Amino acid sequence: MIGLSHYLAVAAILFTIGVLGIFLNRRNIILMLMAIELILLSVNINLVAFSAYLGDLVGQVFAMFVLTVAAAEAAIGLAILVIFFRRSGSIAVDDVNRMHG
Amino acid sequence: MTYNFAAILPELILIFGEPVLMLTASTMGSRATKITTWGTVALLVAASAVLLLTGEPSTGGVLFGGLLVADSFATFGKLLIFGSAAVTIIAAHRWFGHKDEHGPEYPVLVLLATVGMAVMVSSTSLVTLYVGLELNSLAAYVLASYRRTDARSAEAGLKYFVLGGLASGILLYGMSLLYGFTGTTQFTGIAAAFGRAETMSLGLLFGLVFTFAGLAFKVSAVPFHMWTPDVYEGAPTPVTAFFASAPKVAAMLLTVRVAIEALGPAIDAWRQIVVFAALASILLGAVAAWGQTNLKRLLAYSSINNVGFALIGLAAGGAAGVSSVLFYMAVYVVMTVGAFLVVLQLVDDKGEPVEEIERISGLSRRRPGLAAALAVFMFSLAGIPPLFGFWPKLLVFNAAVDAGLIWLAVVGILGTVVGAFYYLKIIKVMYFDDEHGEPVGTVRAPLEMAFILIAALFVSPLGYLLIGPIGEAANTAAAALF
Repeated sequence: MIGLSHYLAVAAILFTIGVLGIFLNRRNIILMLMAIELILLSVNINLVAFSAYLGDLVGQVFAMFVLTVAAAEAAIGLAILVIFFRRSGSIAVDDVNRMHG
Repeated sequence: MTYNFAAILPELILIFGEPVLMLTASTMGSRATKITTWGTVALLVAASAVLLLTGEPSTGGVLFGGLLVADSFATFGKLLIFGSAAVTIIAAHRWFGHKDEHGPEYPVLVLLATVGMAVMVSSTSLVTLYVGLELNSLAAYVLASYRRTDARSAEAGLKYFVLGGLASGILLYGMSLLYGFTGTTQFTGIAAAFGRAETMSLGLLFGLVFTFAGLAFKVSAVPFHMWTPDVYEGAPTPVTAFFASAPKVAAMLLTVRVAIEALGPAIDAWRQIVVFAALASILLGAVAAWGQTNLKRLLAYSSINNVGFALIGLAAGGAAGVSSVLFYMAVYVVMTVGAFLVVLQLVDDKGEPVEEIERISGLSRRRPGLAAALAVFMFSLAGIPPLFGFWPKLLVFNAAVDAGLIWLAVVGILGTVVGAFYYLKIIKVMYFDDEHGEPVGTVRAPLEMAFILIAALFVSPLGYLLIGPIGEAANTAAAALF
């Protein structure tokens, strides 16, 4: 029987993959956007699983808000990426280094 | 469920004003930018006037089924946010000037971010918190990459977006755990669940830690500060001025509200996190600023440093601690906006902005007024006693000592001394270094000069006359959380 803990485990694994994807990925910024999406979707699994487990609808409403914001975020992220590409001609992570922090 | 729209009138003014401005701008051609700029400022002034005139009861009452609250804590934050947003919009209009890049959408984006911040400081539920935070962040990503022809601006926007998206994800993961293990998204319900739990379960602890990590990112506290210097340097200067003021206040007040209202019973758990973030921010902000050559980058480290001091007040907890944080943020906003307004006036003879510290050498002889104002802001940011910047630091340390965190106050004071060094370095460059003989441009900006003068008078010893009113407002606002 698949219970709450299985869903939480899947979400935790996806979240970890997403975070690692941002820090370990040295190639492509598009991959970073995908990693951010992965993090947000792992949160959605959490929210929906908790919502079903608790019998409380707020979690699913929250998941809807997260989906909406994730869509807006992806649109803005890609738009910024286009500007960056026009200036530098590249979307490699290693080229985002004009300023050193 | 009660729908009391009168209580969110300031937000409604901004939300309904924004599409009206955008539609008007679309028919106005070349005058559109001017119209949206002053229209946005008028909306912000109107919203602030409503806040000041209504004078609602300090608790405000629960609105919209517990999603929002319009208490005096939110009002305090909103007044700071609206004020600093309006000043930075006015400064941006002059700074961008007739560059093609400046369009009518700039003030509207700032307005959208401002609405998001207003929602942040008045949210009492995880859902509204998230929506407000993202409305602010999404507009901020666009603003950071606003100069399409400047490679640094695009890079700043990209870095801000990736790291901001990561922070939102971490915060959201923490909030989903809090929701799951407490069964509610309401701050009061979460606090009740934390109060009931005899020992904190692993889920609650993870939720708390992730939530604080995400919030620390938004206030740019160490160890989640790495985006700040790059974004502050790369973003256009008026945008940096905006980032350093209004969103800082909103994020700090949001952190305070979550810490006190939702996680109040777990103060022993989060106090360690806040103490660590505070000390690390103070020390790193002070040490890393030493080698900087760019004024905006230096002010970024200065903002990290100042956030550390405000977090000391939060670590102290209680009404006195919260009140000291509010007082700190009020003075910090004036100092920072003032310093950035001075930086915005620095141009070379071609009208290009000057950002390098070495290029302002001899400023005291060429622009004595500006140099004096910048010196006042720097001394005040350093917390040197006759100036007003000293007082909020004293309040924060006082709150820490009263809460039994004497060692925290001691380390904080040591950090102030270390940090004073780089503020003094700017003053040395302006007053004592040889001039490079570089031609210097002047800008005609009477309104900004007036703002600089007001801010300089505020942080001068004259500011001590305002301790009474600001302190009273901060105490009332802090009392609304308890």
